[in-house]
Amino acid sequence: MAKARGFDIRRQNGFVFVALCCFVMLYLPIILLVVYSFNSGSSIAIWEGFSLKWYALAWQNDKVQDATILSLIIACCASFVATSAAVMAALATTRTNKFRGSALVFAMINQPLMIPEIVTAVALLIFFAMIKVYTGYTGLWYLIIAHSAFCIPFAYMPIRARLQGMDLSLEQAAADLYGTPWRVFRKVTLPQLWPGVLAGAMLAFVISLDDVVITEFVKSAGQDTLPTYMLGQIRRVVTPEVNAISTILLAISVALVIAFYKLSQRTDQSTKK
Amino acid sequence: MSNETQSAKTRWLLLSPALFILSIAAAGPLLIVLVYSFLTAGDYGGVVWDFSTDAWFNVFAEKDFFDDTIGFSDAHLSIFWRSVKLSLMTTIVALLVGFPTAYFIATRPESQRNAWMLLIMVPFWTNLLIRTFAVMEIIRNEGVINSVLIKIGLISEPIQMLYTEFAVTLGMFYVFLPLMVLPVYASMERMDFSLVEAAYDLYASRWRVLKRVIFPLVKPGVVAGSILVFIPSLGAYVTPRVLGGGKQLMLGNLIELQYGQGRNWPLGAALSITLLAIVMVALIFYVRAAGDEETSHG
Repeated sequence: MAKARGFDIRRQNGFVFVALCCFVMLYLPIILLVVYSFNSGSSIAIWEGFSLKWYALAWQNDKVQDATILSLIIACCASFVATSAAVMAALATTRTNKFRGSALVFAMINQPLMIPEIVTAVALLIFFAMIKVYTGYTGLWYLIIAHSAFCIPFAYMPIRARLQGMDLSLEQAAADLYGTPWRVFRKVTLPQLWPGVLAGAMLAFVISLDDVVITEFVKSAGQDTLPTYMLGQIRRVVTPEVNAISTILLAISVALVIAFYKLSQRTDQSTKK
Repeated sequence: MSNETQSAKTRWLLLSPALFILSIAAAGPLLIVLVYSFLTAGDYGGVVWDFSTDAWFNVFAEKDFFDDTIGFSDAHLSIFWRSVKLSLMTTIVALLVGFPTAYFIATRPESQRNAWMLLIMVPFWTNLLIRTFAVMEIIRNEGVINSVLIKIGLISEPIQMLYTEFAVTLGMFYVFLPLMVLPVYASMERMDFSLVEAAYDLYASRWRVLKRVIFPLVKPGVVAGSILVFIPSLGAYVTPRVLGGGKQLMLGNLIELQYGQGRNWPLGAALSITLLAIVMVALIFYVRAAGDEETSHG
């Protein structure tokens, strides 16, 4: 017998070890960063006792406060704009045959995923600089529009997935009962689509909150978001204050991503039924 | 007929907000970059609207300051070379670690696989800058690795890891690894293990099974993952800036310099278009690989 009893055809020598190392490596740096944000000393390597002082320090820092507010405003506006546009785009591109220009439309929607961020950032810097000269407007809308654009594909994906899995018969029934298209959408389509919309909005929010490169190039003076503020701080040395801000941002992202994951899993199950 | 034109009208109406936003804040400005790459640089940044191919000339070549002879631009070429080299190294390391990891997840019981994949994906959705900071904290001179090594007496002076090519590669590997695991796992999950069993029945060794059965079956996923890691590495900006500390410049940083200290907007535009062209070529390979994937499993 060539095969010993219990020979596992799925086993490959060393693969489990590499995989487990990979998971440890993936999480160790993040966990250390979180742990040391609670360190009362200022070193990453020496633990000097538990303290919330870096959080207090970050909280009292006016610049951090301003950056937090700005980050939230931009992320809320951008995810709202991107999700609305993505819902409409998804309605137009699902449950329909290939139409003229459909390849171009998909290329447009997915374009922010393909083009290096630095290239888009430079392009926006040039374009918005022209507009600033003509109009003199230096407000927040440049950042909101830029963020909306790269959030669209992230909002679009879960919404489209949800739409594709949805049952058409209810909508047809509603239309047969003389529901106007708008009424059918609001009363029948949207309630079913809602988990997808929420998932899309959450992804867009996370993506907007995390952006550094495009924000760094598009922002006018005094328009620091949390990530660009932190990038500015890093020129010197990472302070535990930055660790504290990072920990809070991490917590927000992880919570939203897990919620997104649960939501899309439920979507899978409900469409499988 | 009228019904069809009606629905086409509705469709484009519904698409218009997304297309509008994307064309003013993503696609449209790219065309302006192309135009700018053929203009003359202004003295204090910006451009002068005179046609010029200087920027494109300067991407790879330079005129000698004293005798006007033309030669390759060593500074630019070395940055191009570093970008390609570090991106390739990142891709290879990501494959060496990502392949066994994807295999590990694909061979778990079905009920556990999603949870393992979630563990891979959660860091990916968290802030790239923060993950880069986390790597920095580990490899700094006063960081975790050096402190531990000094404490146990292996070294007396900290090893300089930060601001080296090693640091940049490690950082990119760390932040882009999920992009490798995802497609490789996707093709492994659909792999038919009865083929593996058949190979063992025919007295193949484990290594031979891996090389001759498993690897060819998941090759489209490997190609897709490699390109998905290579593309963002090539255009990386944050990671080389933070971990390379302005010493280990990559293409993204060179482009940024043209809008900061360098003040040569047309050159920055030409460099951006060059980067874009390389990425597009890589994307074409990616689309082909993804297409193979579909047909091989369809």
